[in-house]
Amino acid sequence: METLTLAGTSVDVNAEGYLTNMDQWTPELAREMAAQVNIELTDKHFEVIHWLREKQREGVQLSIRKIGNSGLVDIKQFYALFPGGPLKISSKLAGIPKPASCI
Amino acid sequence: MKKILILGAGTAGTMMANKLYRNLNKAVWEITIVDKDENHYYQPGFLFIPFGIYQPKDVIKPKKEFLPKGVNFLINEVEKINVESNEVFLQDGTTLFYDVLIVATGTTPVPEETEGLKDKLWYKDIFEFYTFEGSTNLAKKLENWEGGNLVINLAETIIKCPVAPLEFTFLADAYFTEKGIRDKVNITYVTPLSGAFTKPKTTALLSKLMEEKNITVVPDFYLQRVDNDRKVLVSYDEQEVPFDLLISIPVNKGDKAIQNSNMGDEDGLNFIPTDKHTLQHKKHENIFVIGDATNLPTSKAGSVAHFEAEILTENILSYINGQPLEAKFDGHANCFIETGYGKGTLIDFNYTTEPLPGKFPFAGIGPMSLLKVNRANHYGKLAFRWVYWHMLLTGKKLPVSTTMSMAGKIVEA
Repeated sequence: METLTLAGTSVDVNAEGYLTNMDQWTPELAREMAAQVNIELTDKHFEVIHWLREKQREGVQLSIRKIGNSGLVDIKQFYALFPGGPLKISSKLAGIPKPASCI
Repeated sequence: MKKILILGAGTAGTMMANKLYRNLNKAVWEITIVDKDENHYYQPGFLFIPFGIYQPKDVIKPKKEFLPKGVNFLINEVEKINVESNEVFLQDGTTLFYDVLIVATGTTPVPEETEGLKDKLWYKDIFEFYTFEGSTNLAKKLENWEGGNLVINLAETIIKCPVAPLEFTFLADAYFTEKGIRDKVNITYVTPLSGAFTKPKTTALLSKLMEEKNITVVPDFYLQRVDNDRKVLVSYDEQEVPFDLLISIPVNKGDKAIQNSNMGDEDGLNFIPTDKHTLQHKKHENIFVIGDATNLPTSKAGSVAHFEAEILTENILSYINGQPLEAKFDGHANCFIETGYGKGTLIDFNYTTEPLPGKFPFAGIGPMSLLKVNRANHYGKLAFRWVYWHMLLTGKKLPVSTTMSMAGKIVEA
């Protein structure tokens, strides 16, 4: 376990930089983490981030397709918000674990 | 009489019919199984058909050969499940009542889900190999194909048999080499995953094989559409990959009946929310789900269905006797992976343990090597066809542990 200090607080992260305790997450922390990957978080980003956190608490296995079906954004918009690997990046910014794949 | 109804007579449904028939009191329980197809297909064999290694006759047998005589077998399509009234409606208008329902309706490739996939190039320059029709059509295409850009693409991450696309790629490399035209074929493996596979140790082995075999891997590519005129794959973030021959693994979906019954999860792929340990439906206690039809976070594969069938048989017996469901599925999967030139490898894993190197004990046969490429694993894969038809489907005991065992596995410190 490693510690990351951002936005004036220290949080526990794993080797890939994902928070190990989602309750340590704050919006300020997300903003700082996003800035490091050149993303400026808008309200839309936060809507997606809050949705991811809610689903994570419900124990739902997350996927790009589920976000596309969420009514918040379609898959294309999701890619535009978090370019590259949208599910991996948004999960990291949401303070939840990296989405596990089934195989 | 009390009724157990099984929807789907594929690998999972057939195993359940056999196991329950053997274990239930026949004076009390009546078992009915429904499937739209009278033929049983040995699906792992579809991989070998395009390369002429298996012929169509090797993979088809009548379903009724594998079902006990005392089980009612109906050839019909399931239209809808009414979970409130415990009824299932069939296409011909029949209504079946159940006390216990087992959903084993599987998954199928749905190329229509992706724009341009099932279009004017379908079965001309775009193929799939997960159906009997697809694999036999592809066999004819490969026979006469003279080379160009061969692209293998996974349209989604949740697919049946996640190792089959890799096996197809390795077998294609060997096939074109043996044909003497490998220098005219560029092979590209385009995947929505971050690498050839997801688990670190397996990815390391497979990436090395890809490199040795001169296969290009394009990771993080999530297919949006296929441009038929320009013959390119286009991703959601506008990456493009050109192809001359595309082998697609289309989006996989659960059965239409699941959609009609509004029983799928939020992915919208008609996979049913299922308890990952007990295999009971998340909301209805007299419904159980097995095999590819579930939304469990493990592979959609025959070995998984086999291990689940052992657990589910115990749990259904507990359920009808009013006992707690004590048997717990651990996500166990066990897959031989063909790597071409008469060799293969073997992986064994579950929900929490990634595939590890070492030895895999087969009682009475001897240990096989895990995460290692050798001839024995290839023969293991070929021998499995006999095991499937003669032991697995009819629910006979196989010499492997139901839950994953750490025996023989090497854990690095």
